[in-house]
Amino acid sequence: MKTIDFQIRRQDDPYSPPYWQSFSIPYRKGHNVVSALMVIRENPITQEGHHVDPVAWEFNCMEEVCGACSMVINGRPRQACSTLVDTLTQPIRLEPLSKFPVIRDLMVDRSRIFSDLKKVRAWIEIDGAWDIHQGAPRVSPEAWKENYLYSRCMSCGCCMEACPQYGETEDFVGPASLAAVRLMNAHPTGQYHKAQRLHAIMAEGGLSDCGNAQNCVRVCPKEIPLTTAIGELGRQVTLQMMKDLLGKSE
Amino acid sequence: MKRPRKVIIIGGGLGGLWSALRVAEAGFQVDLFSLFEVKRSHSVCAQGGINACFDTKGERDSIWQHTVDTLKGGAYLANQPPVKSMCEEAPGLIHTFERMGVTFSRTAEGLMDLRLFGGVKNRRTVFAGASTGQQLLYGVDQEVRRQESLGRIRKFEWWEFLSLVLDGQDTCKGITAMNLRTLEIKSFRADAVILATGGMGQTYGHRSTNSTNSTGAAACRVYQQGAWLANTEFFQFHPTAMLGDDKTRLMSEAARGEGGRIWVPQDPEDTRRPTEIPEQDRFYFLESWFPSYGNTVPRDVASRAIWRVVHEMKMGVGGEHKVYLDLTHLNPGFIEQRLHAILDIYRKFHGADPVHEPMEIYPSAHYAMGGLWVDFEKDESSGGMKPGSQRNHATNIPGLYACGECDYGYHGANRLGANSLLSASFSGRVAGEAVAAYLKGLQDDLQSVPEYKYLNEVARQQAINQTLMESRGEENPYALHHELGELMSSRVGVVRDNDVLRQAIDDLSELEERSLHINLQETNSWSNQGLAYTRQLQEMIRLGRVIAVSALARDECRGAHYKPTLDLTIPENTYPGDPAYEKYREAWKQQNKDWLKTTIASASETGPKISYQPVDLSVLPPEEPRDYR
Ligand SMILES: Cc1cc2nc3c(=O)[nH]c(=O)nc-3n(C[C@H](O)[C@H](O)[C@H](O)COP(=O)(O)OP(=O)(O)OC[C@H]3O[C@@H](n4cnc5c(N)ncnc54)[C@H](O)[C@@H]3O)c2cc1C
Ligand code: SF4
Ligand code: SF4
Ligand code: FES
Repeated sequence: MKTIDFQIRRQDDPYSPPYWQSFSIPYRKGHNVVSALMVIRENPITQEGHHVDPVAWEFNCMEEVCGACSMVINGRPRQACSTLVDTLTQPIRLEPLSKFPVIRDLMVDRSRIFSDLKKVRAWIEIDGAWDIHQGAPRVSPEAWKENYLYSRCMSCGCCMEACPQYGETEDFVGPASLAAVRLMNAHPTGQYHKAQRLHAIMAEGGLSDCGNAQNCVRVCPKEIPLTTAIGELGRQVTLQMMKDLLGKSE
Repeated sequence: MKRPRKVIIIGGGLGGLWSALRVAEAGFQVDLFSLFEVKRSHSVCAQGGINACFDTKGERDSIWQHTVDTLKGGAYLANQPPVKSMCEEAPGLIHTFERMGVTFSRTAEGLMDLRLFGGVKNRRTVFAGASTGQQLLYGVDQEVRRQESLGRIRKFEWWEFLSLVLDGQDTCKGITAMNLRTLEIKSFRADAVILATGGMGQTYGHRSTNSTNSTGAAACRVYQQGAWLANTEFFQFHPTAMLGDDKTRLMSEAARGEGGRIWVPQDPEDTRRPTEIPEQDRFYFLESWFPSYGNTVPRDVASRAIWRVVHEMKMGVGGEHKVYLDLTHLNPGFIEQRLHAILDIYRKFHGADPVHEPMEIYPSAHYAMGGLWVDFEKDESSGGMKPGSQRNHATNIPGLYACGECDYGYHGANRLGANSLLSASFSGRVAGEAVAAYLKGLQDDLQSVPEYKYLNEVARQQAINQTLMESRGEENPYALHHELGELMSSRVGVVRDNDVLRQAIDDLSELEERSLHINLQETNSWSNQGLAYTRQLQEMIRLGRVIAVSALARDECRGAHYKPTLDLTIPENTYPGDPAYEKYREAWKQQNKDWLKTTIASASETGPKISYQPVDLSVLPPEEPRDYR
């Protein structure tokens, strides 16, 4: 019988040591890594025939848009739901992202991504979510096209996994948060608070921690031009430093 | 000193986040609960767009026309004042999204672009590339993060809502929830609770376009504690969903619009590759049954035709539940340009290229029009919903509100495309404002609710967990969910029949019984996913029963609810004024007299109890039947 073979790195909880287990499921055309994991969880028996606890992992949309199902698949960080089994060499090795603390098996704690978004103030300041009875500023189609590229970041963590500067202990905010600053700074009213965001990434753990290794941009499942954003921010930061020197505020 | 009033919001999709903002802005403390980081909520899946009348395409579009389209599209089953208010406030809502930073697609002049969406004549749908829901959710997510950094909102992500805590007067005074990592169950006090837990497509298992968070479990839990469910028999099926073992993925109408043809082999046993099957051995059933519209018939008509071919005629491809949607006869350059986004999804998830190979599709459970019953207060002067009334979006349990896809508000018997991102956002905003009003009028002190009320509820929930963890039955929760999906989709699906529904109700009771004899196959109690899954599954089975019982009770065809023997169709080639048409109109009006009413399901020992409520028809009285000709 044709099978699909997996080696999965497992860990029972944050404090216990990791270990590996192998599973095989019957071959079926069209499996992606999430649908294959679903088959395993229904009947969690290893290749050796041992009955084990089902593998825990995260997923929600199954359309590569929620960012939940990131894991390291055959050495590469990517979304499990959009990775087709037929495109992979077997045995397929599944590991949790290594830059975040493991919760269990393939699940990791990515809360840091969201606190970093707070750190860099990745939002637009509005008076309130009520109607102000007037239209918002216009945006040229060219500017829209560039901004839209960045607005699709789903906080999946793949770029951080690939970035040599980003680590469990380091405080570098990572490429995605930097790209968020790029996006917010380009918004017609978001520009008003550009200086605050730039100051946030001029501090420790900010832009200067990026070693320009370009790994991030190669793994982003949404093809977000992260290094372009980082380049643009470099120029914005230089200008901001000059303004700061001259004592001008905004 | 008086303690600040506290509100618990459950759900961080568009509905939940909008309500959180409005409650926080009114000065109340918000605790926001979600199964996972709110940014990953199902709302991100919506691609198409969101409706609001801007009339920037020279079509003389109007808010009134948006209202009419919504009401008629819903076969008049929605209460009309809330719909009127929603359509009126839609443009302002979109501008607020824009201020939050949502990257709406632009015209050459820098205005928000509009596109045409199903069921309407005017361009009225704003969109953000091919990921509108994602962009809208991120807009509010950012604002919520800002409020969080100011200390006004606290997030409880990775916590699952389990039940309400009610005081001696059956007023909602808090919840119990389970930490999905530690499995600890705790109670939380609150002066009011808003449920914004999304849709219930997972009751149709993998035969749904919904994300895993759309189980309806939370709604079913409060239903069992006394909240009413309304109009749950109305479920929208999307005719052309790509098949998958994990889920079915939406394939937009545009594929048919651009010339896609739907067919099956004349011989279902035909083992040839579809491209090798010659024309004379194919059955283009839509073209043959609907010569004037062919493949572009409306969603519900297409779903029913596919159903007929597969279930009645047993002509599904290879004997399975699937038919072909074929683009291979079209010019590859043309479809690449027009349908790029769709082709990409198919290639990505199926590893096959629709330019060279027909796609395999089947109707899939897409959107629940029904849900928790919610109230509204009519504003007599405007005919809409009264702004800031504490009755708006209140369930029948005092202190409990609902918004988003989990309520039954705005879509009647069928939803217009691109209207649900609107209703989720709008209803969230309204619910937040209503709760603020409720709290301002609230006299009693939360601390006066005795502690044992909370302790008892926690103990009850812990007992459910313990029973499941210790259960060593034969049943596998994942296999049961699969069975539930097949049952619901084939018997409480696109086409309904009373005998089949009766059988389905019996089978659902049996499934419920079986779901008590589960084996979780797991001893690790840390981040045990099977436990939460099984608890949700049990709720989905109960919910399936509510849907089936409501469907059995409603003996008519209306919107998405279809019983072929009761169908009234407009006689061919007749128009208003023709005797045959007027006879039809009379029959249609009689049907409205009998059935234009809201279904209310309430929980009882013996199962769902059905009653009905009149619909507020004060904006557009039903004189004109829906006519898509
Ligand atoms: C594929 C697809 C495409 C669509 N496209 C469009 C479109 O183009 N236009 C349109 O208008 N509509 C579209 N819709 C419909 C629309 O996306 C949804 O109706 C809407 O997003 C629902 O939002 P919500 O806030 O109600 O729920 P959701 O976004 O589903 O959020 C639910 C929230 O509740 C939480 N939750 C659930 N249960 C619990 C619990 N027990 N405890 C704690 N938290 C819980 C979840 O964590 C989540 O945060 C589409 C739907 C699908 C499936
Ligand atoms: S370019 Fe910067 S952010 Fe990207 S991987 Fe390299 S160091 Fe990390
Ligand atoms: S930038 Fe790309 S890889 Fe990084 S979090 Fe966003 S979507 Fe994921
Ligand atoms: S499950 Fe949402 S990105 Fe994979």
